[in-house]
Amino acid sequence: MPVRMELLVCGGTGCQASNSNRVLEVLREEIKNSNLENEVSVLMTGCFGFCEKGPIVKVMPDNVFYVEVDEDSARKIVAEHVVKGRVYQEKLYVEPDTNEKLPEQSKIPFYKKQIRIALRNCGKIDPENINEYIAADGYMALGKVLTEMTPEGVIDIVKRSGLRGRGGGGFPTGVKWEATRKSKSDIKYVICNADEGDPGAFMDRSILEGDPHSVLEGMAIAAYAIGAQFGYIYVRAEYPLAIHRLRIAISQARELGLLGKNIFGTDFCFDVEIKIGAGAFICGEETALINSIEGGRGEPTVKPPYPAQVGLWKKPTNINNVETFANVAPIILNGAEWFASIGTEKSKGTKVFALAGKVNNVGLVEVPMGITLREIIYELGGGIKGGKKFKAVQTGGPSGGCIPAEYLDTPIDYDNLTALGSMMGSGGMIVMDEDDCMVNIAKFYLEFSCDESCGRCTACRVGNKRLLEILNKITEGKGEMEDLEMLKELAETVKDSSLCGLGQTSPNPVLSTMKFFYDEYLAHVRDKECPAGVCKELLKYYIIPEKCVGCTACAKVCPVNVIHGEPKKVHVIDRDGCIKCGQCYKTCRFGAITRK
Amino acid sequence: MIKSLEELKKIREQYKDTLQNREAEEKNIKILVGMATCGIAAGARNTINAIIEEVRKENIDNAVVVQTGCMGFCYAEPTVEVRMPNSEPILYGKVDSERAREIVKRHVKNGEVIREWVLRG
Amino acid sequence: MINVTINDIKLKVPEGTTILDAAKMANINIPTLCHLNLHDIKMVNRTASCRVCLVEVEGRRNLAPACATECFEGMVIKTNTKRAIRARRTMVELLLSDHPTDCLVCEKNGNCDLQKIAADLGIRQIRFEGEQSTYEKDSSSGALYRNPDKCIMCRRCETMCNEVQTCSVYSAVDRGFETVVGPAFNLPMLDTQCTFCGQCVSVCPTAALTEVSYVQDVWNALHDPDKYVIVQTAPAIRVALGEEFGLKPGTIVTGKMVAALRRLGFKKVFDTDFAADVTIVEESKEFIDRLNGKGRLPILTSCCPSWVKFIEHQFPELLDIPSTCKSPHMMFGAIAKTYFAEKFNIPADKIVVVSVMPCIAKKYEIQREELKSDGVENVDYVITTREFAKMIREAGIDFTKLPDEDFDNPLGESTGASVIFGTTGGVIEAALRTAYEWVTGETLQDVEFHGVRGFEDGLKEATVKLKDMELKIGVAHGLGNARRLLEDIRDGKRFYHAIEIMACPGGCIDGGGQPYHHGNLEIVKARMNAIYEEDRRKPIRKSHENPAVIKLYQEYLGEYGGHKAHKILHTHYTPRETI
Repeated sequence: MPVRMELLVCGGTGCQASNSNRVLEVLREEIKNSNLENEVSVLMTGCFGFCEKGPIVKVMPDNVFYVEVDEDSARKIVAEHVVKGRVYQEKLYVEPDTNEKLPEQSKIPFYKKQIRIALRNCGKIDPENINEYIAADGYMALGKVLTEMTPEGVIDIVKRSGLRGRGGGGFPTGVKWEATRKSKSDIKYVICNADEGDPGAFMDRSILEGDPHSVLEGMAIAAYAIGAQFGYIYVRAEYPLAIHRLRIAISQARELGLLGKNIFGTDFCFDVEIKIGAGAFICGEETALINSIEGGRGEPTVKPPYPAQVGLWKKPTNINNVETFANVAPIILNGAEWFASIGTEKSKGTKVFALAGKVNNVGLVEVPMGITLREIIYELGGGIKGGKKFKAVQTGGPSGGCIPAEYLDTPIDYDNLTALGSMMGSGGMIVMDEDDCMVNIAKFYLEFSCDESCGRCTACRVGNKRLLEILNKITEGKGEMEDLEMLKELAETVKDSSLCGLGQTSPNPVLSTMKFFYDEYLAHVRDKECPAGVCKELLKYYIIPEKCVGCTACAKVCPVNVIHGEPKKVHVIDRDGCIKCGQCYKTCRFGAITRK
Repeated sequence: MIKSLEELKKIREQYKDTLQNREAEEKNIKILVGMATCGIAAGARNTINAIIEEVRKENIDNAVVVQTGCMGFCYAEPTVEVRMPNSEPILYGKVDSERAREIVKRHVKNGEVIREWVLRG
Repeated sequence: MINVTINDIKLKVPEGTTILDAAKMANINIPTLCHLNLHDIKMVNRTASCRVCLVEVEGRRNLAPACATECFEGMVIKTNTKRAIRARRTMVELLLSDHPTDCLVCEKNGNCDLQKIAADLGIRQIRFEGEQSTYEKDSSSGALYRNPDKCIMCRRCETMCNEVQTCSVYSAVDRGFETVVGPAFNLPMLDTQCTFCGQCVSVCPTAALTEVSYVQDVWNALHDPDKYVIVQTAPAIRVALGEEFGLKPGTIVTGKMVAALRRLGFKKVFDTDFAADVTIVEESKEFIDRLNGKGRLPILTSCCPSWVKFIEHQFPELLDIPSTCKSPHMMFGAIAKTYFAEKFNIPADKIVVVSVMPCIAKKYEIQREELKSDGVENVDYVITTREFAKMIREAGIDFTKLPDEDFDNPLGESTGASVIFGTTGGVIEAALRTAYEWVTGETLQDVEFHGVRGFEDGLKEATVKLKDMELKIGVAHGLGNARRLLEDIRDGKRFYHAIEIMACPGGCIDGGGQPYHHGNLEIVKARMNAIYEEDRRKPIRKSHENPAVIKLYQEYLGEYGGHKAHKILHTHYTPRETI
């Protein structure tokens, strides 16, 4: 008896963290109790991306999308929907503007503008079953490439498609492949960079967890194109589920002969090995990654020579990231023109973004290049949390810049983001609202870069540290006007002088916030004020006379006795002695104490 | 071991059905089977399974078979509604597994409405 | 050849030329700090980490490190633009902002590359202030002093240790601002496989790596009326010391050196060369015994304490092949505190033996338990050539104006054979001069064995005819070369009868305690030539003909390789682990 209904449970790390494993168990138990296990099946898929509303359960073919499913609602879904054919209304997505319940995934604004190429199988197939990948045209592209195309032909398609590296730099993938192909060597390598380190970015993890074969297939095609025989997937140890699924995928692909010797009966041999990284952010830089695989310290070396000339074990090596590889098979199957028809003039196809921060719908979205920041934030993202005012969006991870409201209508592509002093990076997108202090934000990102710097070159090791110290000074209210000049000059020099991409971009958050939010810097330095009320040392506490009833509670808790006033009369804070501990603010029961 | 593109295609065909349900959004024919208590009591389970089997057998890959709640024709259960693109939905009554297979073959595949079983439409 | 333009000067350079080298061809000096190219020993430090040599390249987004960027056809380079100069100065300022400013009392004051570049760039203020990194200092070995506060992350030590010496003691550890070069797990150097060769010290641009100094201890002993302080000097000192006083590299200053030591207050000024002659007769005896089937071949020289520690760590399974002879200066110490003490009727516990050595490992060697007699060190203090020069300056001695004086007797008499101990190939050549005559019974006419000489080849091979026997000789200098040689011996890929190994490239003339060469190995080659010149000047050029040595055996030790000689002059080795 064919299965007539399937319940797809999101098995991404996010949903698993909110107990989707248990939801899956309950669904199976209940279905068994209803004697439907032969007709209805429950399976775990990759990430649906809508992490804000997880755990996700999607019922097919009915095409009903349940959100925030817990054990109890899982039982209800079986009792109502599976057994009686009635959609269980309680766990449908509710459109906040209209209060309308939306059962269909594609009608939910979060998904409306998405085009899923890299994420095509995430949430659709069982990532631990190679047959489902094959059923979804998996490995057809590899078969086509090996049996019908020359390596040059493959490179040509990828070049014409306009695919650019999705890991950060945006270098044209076909050009990179061509350079590696042209390097003469009997041994060459393909490396998949799965050392996703940008805070908040998890598209690579999602792809590895949800569709590992798409990466293996992309790697094999790249290997054929450049003439490599062996590949490494460098994945961070913090991604146990991705590693687990990759291992399964590799062994299944080997069993079917899709990895190994004489693939598709041709001369082409290719196999891959997983290398587990220790989670150093810098190992996402390709030369550092190579050093790490070789057993050396994960630190970058000077380019040129590029890995395409001298790479792993001194052999020509092609490195692409996970998302880039995941795009390859569809390009081969659907053609360069199809891919190039999506996106902007210089940035083709789609990009996966990890939407985070002060936005209603946090999650993973795959959108066509050229979509505007506003569309992502306000339509897919559902706008700013709590109806607050948008202040900036930070793209590109710790090395990106902060883009203010006036550029919200900028079509997103590599070049536009760079022109705005930010970057595409691996696709992190963090939204900030009026409560965020931009000086503090710059400090936050710089702290990350300081911690993750490999310490090799002076500019990054000492330069970033000094930048951070100046920012600390400013946020502590000790900044002087000269510090602002120094900050800008040093930031520019660090960018210009650093050895690798980390140092060459780490000052971006500083420079972009100085460019777009200079008034906030001025407020901190000149007026000793933090307009967003974030920098603790700059907070000032006031008593609102209209609200103060003179209960004396604040005066009693003040550890430095700077609150004065007679009982039943309005109190006053002597700000000169105030140590900004916030005790009065917490104690006042009348909301009479404010800080800014 | 896969040693040629043909062998891969064979596996693809073999497992194609596993994704049928999940590709529902891309399909333009919808077959709804009333599966409320009344429907089930009248044998709708057999009906829906027969429809699915027949759809697969006939290689109709643009049809979705879904269950639905009570359509208000309890006297005529099991009920089946066929929605073809660019035409009004047709509701059949008293669809046992035999009728079900006929509906798939004649209506869904060949576009022929089987008038004598129609309840509405 | 490719065409490049540097500061509007057009020139052709070979493919693969770096911007730095191309600029030199155009007589433009781009300042560098971390960069070091010791071409002769195949060491290039191209970490591009200090970012001082940044230049502008037309069409390039960011600045390029001249030391590590190869020229391409049509490259247009500008070395002195506002942008390049600003970056260069900022880098030096940043380095200084995280560097102790105790230059006046720093070991490297006047010898420091960072100090020099700050002066060259005319830096008068450090605009950046902030946290300074501080780390634990390490003098656990009594030989090598690590002060990581002064590390500027040039990584030269690491390149030297890992690539040239293959000891892999150093690596960059930790991340970000805390990053520093150090041994694994931040272990004390004493607990690592460090051989204390001191080549890291030779290339360290600052005082992050120096020797543990014993200058004050030596002064204290010299000023102690109860002590009888005698000194010995290694062969490599006399060809390098002059550099510290502005003399041309390769100037032989033996006589002035002796005079200076007397003026410092040493009761007797002796020569390690004397003990080197003793080493040769003992080792030649051992070699001939092994040739005659008593023991294993090849025999390995054991004069170099750094090399001895290397084989103990890296090839513990081969510890039966080095000669059991102590190193010359340890033989000297043992002879001084027995034979000399008895002969001159001085209580041994009053004698303080100071060694002036080109070496840092010798400071470690004297502490080895098996080289002590009843727990007392046979050599009390080792100072390097550099420390010795400091004492001369401190004592206000005008070195270049000193008269030439002779060593004291009897432990000051030496031959040409012992002088050449100071350079690679010298020990084996000296041994050959003696072994040849002892094996053949014939007089050796031409004492010079040129096949074992030279600086450029890290591994040298020679065949010497001893009557009807073809003696195969191997020579390695630099521990990486030694490793290659030993691996082949262990794996049975090569066979030699006798091998000489010196840890430092070039031998003791380039020891870790010598005056800093600042990357110019021509200085080391000049020292080598001077050594052979000193050999040629000697009336006696074979160790076994040294009359003082003959007398030593007659009066005290008895037979070569006999019981007493063994007790005083031989040692044993200990297998050690690597981390």
